Amino acid sequence: MKSIIQNTNNCNNCSVHNAANLVKLGLNLDDVDYVITMAGNPNTGKSTVFNNLTGLRQHTGNWPGKTVTRAEGGFSYNEKRYKVVDLPGTYSLLSTSTDEEVARNFILFGQPDVTVIVVDATRLERNLNLALQILEITDRAVLCLNLMDEAKRNRIEIDTRALSKELGIPVIPTAARRKQGMQELLAAIEEVASGKYVCKPHKMKNRSPKLQHAISTLSEKLARQYPNLPNTNWVALRLLEGDNSIIEAVRTGELGSINTNESVVQS
Amino acid sequence: MQNTTNKEREELLNEANSARWELGLDFHDTVIESIYSNASQIARKTVTQKGEKEAYSADLKIDKIVTSRWLGFPLMFLMLATVFWLTVAGANYPSGLLASLLVDYMHPILKSAAASINMPWWLDGVLIDGAYLSMAWVIAVMLPPMAIFFPLFTLLEDLGYLPRVAFNMDNLFRKAGAHGKQALSMSMGFGCNAAGVIATRVIDSPRERLVAIITNNFSLCNGRWPTQILIASIFIGGLVPAQLAGVVSAGAVVGIAVFGIFLSLVVSWGLSKSVLRGEASAFSLELPPYRPPRIWQTLYTSLIDRTIFVLWRAIIFAIPAGIVIWLVANIHIGELSLAEHFIQWSDPFAIIFGLNGVILLAYIIAIPANEIVIPTILMLTVLSTKLTGGAGDGVMFELDSVGDTANILHAGGWTLLTAVNLMLFSLLHNPCSTTIYTIFKETKSWKWTLVSTFLPIVMGLVICFFTTQIWMLFVVG
Repeated sequence: MKSIIQNTNNCNNCSVHNAANLVKLGLNLDDVDYVITMAGNPNTGKSTVFNNLTGLRQHTGNWPGKTVTRAEGGFSYNEKRYKVVDLPGTYSLLSTSTDEEVARNFILFGQPDVTVIVVDATRLERNLNLALQILEITDRAVLCLNLMDEAKRNRIEIDTRALSKELGIPVIPTAARRKQGMQELLAAIEEVASGKYVCKPHKMKNRSPKLQHAISTLSEKLARQYPNLPNTNWVALRLLEGDNSIIEAVRTGELGSINTNESVVQS
Repeated sequence: MQNTTNKEREELLNEANSARWELGLDFHDTVIESIYSNASQIARKTVTQKGEKEAYSADLKIDKIVTSRWLGFPLMFLMLATVFWLTVAGANYPSGLLASLLVDYMHPILKSAAASINMPWWLDGVLIDGAYLSMAWVIAVMLPPMAIFFPLFTLLEDLGYLPRVAFNMDNLFRKAGAHGKQALSMSMGFGCNAAGVIATRVIDSPRERLVAIITNNFSLCNGRWPTQILIASIFIGGLVPAQLAGVVSAGAVVGIAVFGIFLSLVVSWGLSKSVLRGEASAFSLELPPYRPPRIWQTLYTSLIDRTIFVLWRAIIFAIPAGIVIWLVANIHIGELSLAEHFIQWSDPFAIIFGLNGVILLAYIIAIPANEIVIPTILMLTVLSTKLTGGAGDGVMFELDSVGDTANILHAGGWTLLTAVNLMLFSLLHNPCSTTIYTIFKETKSWKWTLVSTFLPIVMGLVICFFTTQIWMLFVVG
């Protein structure tokens, strides 16, 4: 990675680099083809990316916890219509505060076609904790490596190819405040949504064989109960951890109704 | 069929339960550890740091000052005071201009237009003297201060100052048994209490979240800033020479805001020692890097998202309130209008608290939106003192300057004590109807909604009562 500005220039003659392909739809959300969601740690610029894509002007504040509810907007790109859901920023998906639950429930029950994980390039290691948790729930994601301008100012270099290989998803360096990297991000979102890019999400290493065994036993049973559930391993782990809201979802069968999405998502 | 599914599900859960015991107690920690170690392995492979982190060291130096033990709080108050001073000093002239345009100029035109189409007197009264004038008043009084205050506040927010405020306040909140993040929802409350109540969602524990919701009303919201600013400039700024007036009135408003913060700590402490007993939980707060705000975008979003939004809400509530004011002033039972009946009946009671019947009635009419308290008070004062300045009963008339407003209030028997009590009561009374509704939606509990609604009123009356009695003893005495 030399710099984002150069990347953008190189893409000028690429077919996807055409601003006319992007039509910002604001709040017009009828008949969407794909649902994408933005998740990430607080204060990484999710709302800025969201505003860039949808043309909405949700206020973006420089403090963690700006977005506590989910915001929705839309855009159309290469003749496909996308709905974007901006989730509250969280540090993990394990705890029980309302904002973390909003984020987790949407990724789990809302079944977005693509989850855009927005991370702070200057604090990659800490941000990856959440990214890895998200990759356990969903296998269709794009990593938006945001705040590259600040990373550059701090002389941090990130090998995006290696990162993409490690995580198994597209990694797009961006500087959303300067609207840099947005075209590349859109192209990556399209590739994952349409299935052209098949993600091979990172699988957690260093787990004890005993744990692995317990997870796979439970996971098989879950798959039999809920044939539509794509993330049985993760649900199994949550059950093992005694996560009450997931236990309740298994008990009531809410997990099975996953494809009717929306109705079960708390806003 | 249903039964067998349910049975299988229960079996599955039981199996998970027994497996959990086999995995041992530290199993949860090892799961988290494996996430961290995976993340750190990936980061080690992909991130390289070249040279020193220059930008951070500048941020660190600034943070050492603004979050320092000795300078943190004074700097915070200084910054708040500067924002208010700019608001007070800058808003007076455009307010006068708007008032003369909307009231002096437009109102007679509308009146004569109504007369030319033979509109019945009561319809003309309800629409033009009631609805139109209250709307004009709200725009003239509120638009200029908001158009200055909100962009300034948003700039501080975008710069990254709010988390530092939270950092400074954290220790105090923790000592009060509340969550440190309550400082963030409290800061949001300075804009709008309904937004502040929603912002409490960042707090994990239900106990601490309730404490934050109940005490959010102690943050002066933008509906109340104009009342504070106007009354402070008339009665408190009026005590000192003209060149000091701006600074002194800004100081008084900061004083009330800080008193609000103090009460929010005291009440949090009281709640967590009684009905909401418990220990404060730990959390981590990230201090984001300072980011230079993009001035134009900030101006745009704060004007559209906040100023216009709040103004629109005020207008929507002011129009029906204007109609109500006109009606209570013009529907007579016997000799007196409804408004006069209420004012005369409640005056003896209100005097004990250093307020008056007008203020009580204004706060009842203004339950939907605090923004219209001042226009309502002025209108009712004119009505009850039978001043000649007004254009008729229930008509909000022209007030092109703070001086005119002062004359009316003085004629209505207002003293410095009334002003101080109004400022205290404006800080301490029930939240507006939107906030009450939001509290109910967030807590889903009638009990806590009622507590959040009535606790501030009771506190307001108690504090006004003691202020008045002490004042009588020492100042008048």
